[in-house]
Amino acid sequence: MTKEYKTIVDIAGPLIFLEKTEPVGYGELVQINLPDGTTKRGQVLDTSADMVVVQVFEGTQGLNDESGVVFSGETIKLPVAKDLLGRILSGSGEPLDGGPRIIPEKRVDVNGASMNPYSRRPPEEFIQTGISTIDGTNTLVRGQKLPIFSGSGLPHNEIALQIARQAKVPGSEEDFAVVFAAMGITNEEAQSFMEDFEKTGALERATVFLNLADDPAVERIITPRMALTAAEYLAYEHDMHVLVILTDITNYCEALRQMGAAREEVPGRRGYPGYMYTDLASLYERAGVIKGNKGSVTQFSILTMPGDDITHPIPDLSGYITEGQIVVSRELHRKGIYPPINVLPSLSRLMNSGIGDDKTRDDHKAVSDQLYAGYAEGRDLRGLVAIVGKESLSERDQRILEFADLFEDRFVRQAKDEDRNIEDTLGIAWEILSELPEAQLTRIDNKYIDKYHPAHQNAE
Amino acid sequence: MNGEIYRVAGPVVTVTGIKPKMYDVVKVGHEGLMGEVIRIEGEKATVQVYEDTSGIKPGEPVANTGMPLSVELGPGLLESIYDGIQRPLEVLQQKMGDFIERGVTANGLTREKKWEFTPIVSKGDSVEGGDIIGVVQETPNLEHKIMVPPRKSGTVEDIKSGKFVVDETVCVLSDGSELSLMQKWPVRDPRPVGKKLSPTRPLVTGQRILDGMFPVAKGGTAAIPGPFGSGKTVTQQQLAKWSDTDIVVYIGCGERGNEMADVLNEFPELEDPKTGRPLMERTVLIANTSNMPVAAREASVYTGITIGEYYRDMGYDVSLMADSTSRWAEAMREISSRLEEMPGEEGYPAYLSARLSEFYERAGAVHSLAGLDGSITVIGAVSPPGGDFSEPVTQNTLRIVKVFWALDAKLSQKRHFPAIDWLSSYSLYNDRLAGWFTENVGSDWNELRDNAMDILQEEAELQEIVQLVGSDALPEDQQLTLEIARMLREYFLQQNAFHPVDTFCPFDKQYKLLKSVSRFGEKAIDKMENGVPINKIMEMESKDELAKVKYEEDFDAALETIMTKMDEEFTQLGGN
Repeated sequence: MTKEYKTIVDIAGPLIFLEKTEPVGYGELVQINLPDGTTKRGQVLDTSADMVVVQVFEGTQGLNDESGVVFSGETIKLPVAKDLLGRILSGSGEPLDGGPRIIPEKRVDVNGASMNPYSRRPPEEFIQTGISTIDGTNTLVRGQKLPIFSGSGLPHNEIALQIARQAKVPGSEEDFAVVFAAMGITNEEAQSFMEDFEKTGALERATVFLNLADDPAVERIITPRMALTAAEYLAYEHDMHVLVILTDITNYCEALRQMGAAREEVPGRRGYPGYMYTDLASLYERAGVIKGNKGSVTQFSILTMPGDDITHPIPDLSGYITEGQIVVSRELHRKGIYPPINVLPSLSRLMNSGIGDDKTRDDHKAVSDQLYAGYAEGRDLRGLVAIVGKESLSERDQRILEFADLFEDRFVRQAKDEDRNIEDTLGIAWEILSELPEAQLTRIDNKYIDKYHPAHQNAE
Repeated sequence: MNGEIYRVAGPVVTVTGIKPKMYDVVKVGHEGLMGEVIRIEGEKATVQVYEDTSGIKPGEPVANTGMPLSVELGPGLLESIYDGIQRPLEVLQQKMGDFIERGVTANGLTREKKWEFTPIVSKGDSVEGGDIIGVVQETPNLEHKIMVPPRKSGTVEDIKSGKFVVDETVCVLSDGSELSLMQKWPVRDPRPVGKKLSPTRPLVTGQRILDGMFPVAKGGTAAIPGPFGSGKTVTQQQLAKWSDTDIVVYIGCGERGNEMADVLNEFPELEDPKTGRPLMERTVLIANTSNMPVAAREASVYTGITIGEYYRDMGYDVSLMADSTSRWAEAMREISSRLEEMPGEEGYPAYLSARLSEFYERAGAVHSLAGLDGSITVIGAVSPPGGDFSEPVTQNTLRIVKVFWALDAKLSQKRHFPAIDWLSSYSLYNDRLAGWFTENVGSDWNELRDNAMDILQEEAELQEIVQLVGSDALPEDQQLTLEIARMLREYFLQQNAFHPVDTFCPFDKQYKLLKSVSRFGEKAIDKMENGVPINKIMEMESKDELAKVKYEEDFDAALETIMTKMDEEFTQLGGN
């Protein structure tokens, strides 16, 4: 189909309305030729015998009824090849690094198909990130989708970078790649990501999609889909273990809301479209491992919670889809603790299948539960101390209070380049737990206390 | 009637020229995508399509099957894993690989396997809808009863025995209708029953807080609302694993693919505590994950409950878990908004409440058409946005269900699992089931439970004071109440779903545990009143040992040792 239509009857925001076309497919990719010779791209949103609605990715600036519209006859596809590694592309897949066009091995629909749940292998391979609050208490496994819930001005980017640098499966040397998709982040933030990738040599093993703050918002809707398509290709056709970093999901959702408003849809909560759950699921669910396939797609998205509100629709809907969340806390950040991860609201749903005897260590779950219980109680006590003073606490309570401080200072706090292995992490955990009376360790089986408790080690 | 597509906008397609009835299933486009008619306006009909519509064009053909969305009911349902419209996922994988492409059809029941059919009626017998004409041994523990489809009746003209595929004729009635091992039933119609009964037996789940504090009856309805991360799915899976029903239907409605993979992986390995056979043999799984088409998600709960009703009609106890009904409600909202219907509260369609109550009303203990007693217990998870229970789906659900298990994020952050808040949860079946408990658990069970609840209630009040002045400032008797409440919470209410022993707790063990804590409480109060200082009681070793007794493989022996020690320690404490 190379026919060019000049039948635009209405232009509204990012949408154009055309009439009198041949039948056009839903979701088809569209090219728009402007009178000044430039071209824009778009996608069919609604198609009927009388009217076709197209959303324009690069915005409708400069468009008028003189513009010509060409329908490509196919949905949006990404050319994929192993050469994608080491490349920097725009949010819609065009090279930005001055390199040649990708010579495609094949072209894949960016929307992807949903993975048959029957084909999925339950994720269970422990990924060591070198960060204690993740490895020890919110363990990440291959094929998981675990976002960082953060707020503006918090060091989520540093955490993401540290994970990208350090993440490995202990004792295995398999092909590893990073797919990085920036959605609406500032040029400055993108630069710091790029610099870090270059400095550590990670760029060779990475594919980068950049949609920056001044790029069209509509393009943000396809950027993560491009990235995930590349990731799936590398994982399932080249047996690579791919870590996908999507940042920032909040900007993506804003773009979704903008599109919904332009289409005059009935808005849901806080003006976000009613289908946002389904839409986010179509991104997040593209993580996993397949039976009989070596590769994996693990997602580590960054999401800034507007007003640090975890009940805001974006973190809320995400939390219902992702397999847990890592929550970055402003309070810990103010105390000068890096990484300021608050383990209490954080969670890794797949932790239990990734830890234990043959994966990390037999005492891992018990130690983690005990840390949670102790820290939760210690934080409650801080509230009480503010009212009655430390002196009026019982001795037991005072020790728990001290434990909470130790936990933040020794277990949570670590340097930006400190790569703790799981033995280190659990070792620190036991050291601080040994500050509590042994009878308080109700979550830990006696056999682990005998085996790992520092007091018992010295006795032997 | 064949027509053509007029308009495509996502999963909603407008077609012309098919003259459909409401809810007829139609095949859309060259690829024959399945869809359902949801609105008729003059010549045009609106269809919700169960598959992705990318690339579909106006002008493509549409065919009407003339039938509403139906499921195939017959031997072979058990151990199956279906998507929302009863396509077996295993067959889909064989046909199209690891990713679900579109336009593929697959029979709900396999046509490859032959089943041994033993008739129990003979020529000349007169039969009516729901009557049993014969049996098939579907799994080693389940006799599948082949029934005359409802609304059919007549005299048996011919009946066969031997091995048959599900769609072969095994029985011919006088009106010429041919019956096979399989029947079809439209999912949106409840299957008829003889009479609805009032539920009198509890669903035993092996979960202490559920069985002990807030029991649901067989044939009852329960809701588990909770914010994300509070343990809805783990609770639902525990119920699916350990409920003492004959059949379990588990609907993963718009949930995570990896979680379904976990269920698919784990269930075949687990043993049914009742029969010792693999749990999968009594289970039907419906997996429509969040990234699978939204219209099929809307249909999945109906597919599930229709399968449940079919087994209920055979006289079996069925439990159905829907995880999560909020995703189902959202699917309704999404489709409704594409139809540009006037929205009700928070954008949900105005018929949300009606749909939810229609669904939960399909639960119940019944006398089937054949005169057998069966039941369906429906347990729906609800995922309220932001954990706010005042939202429409939670509120409309609570108006219908009789049991409310409120999950609480604060408890789960403290790693108190199951994170069910004992203060805001309730069960309206306690009175109705009291007789059963007295007879089957212990004559003092109801009393023990009420006392425990009283102590927990008192703790909550005392905690408010402790927040202000610290626990040491309380009088001794109140300090003791706090301690007993802590024991109830940690020893009895907390249960570790991932611990091999603790994951399932039989009623007998629940009773003994509760009784032990209660006995400690009585004796401790007695000692304290006789002048024994409270810190002596707090230091008792046996009290702390009781914490871990629930994990012991040989529970009875371990408990006895501890209780003997406790008695000794109490004696040593002295007092007058």
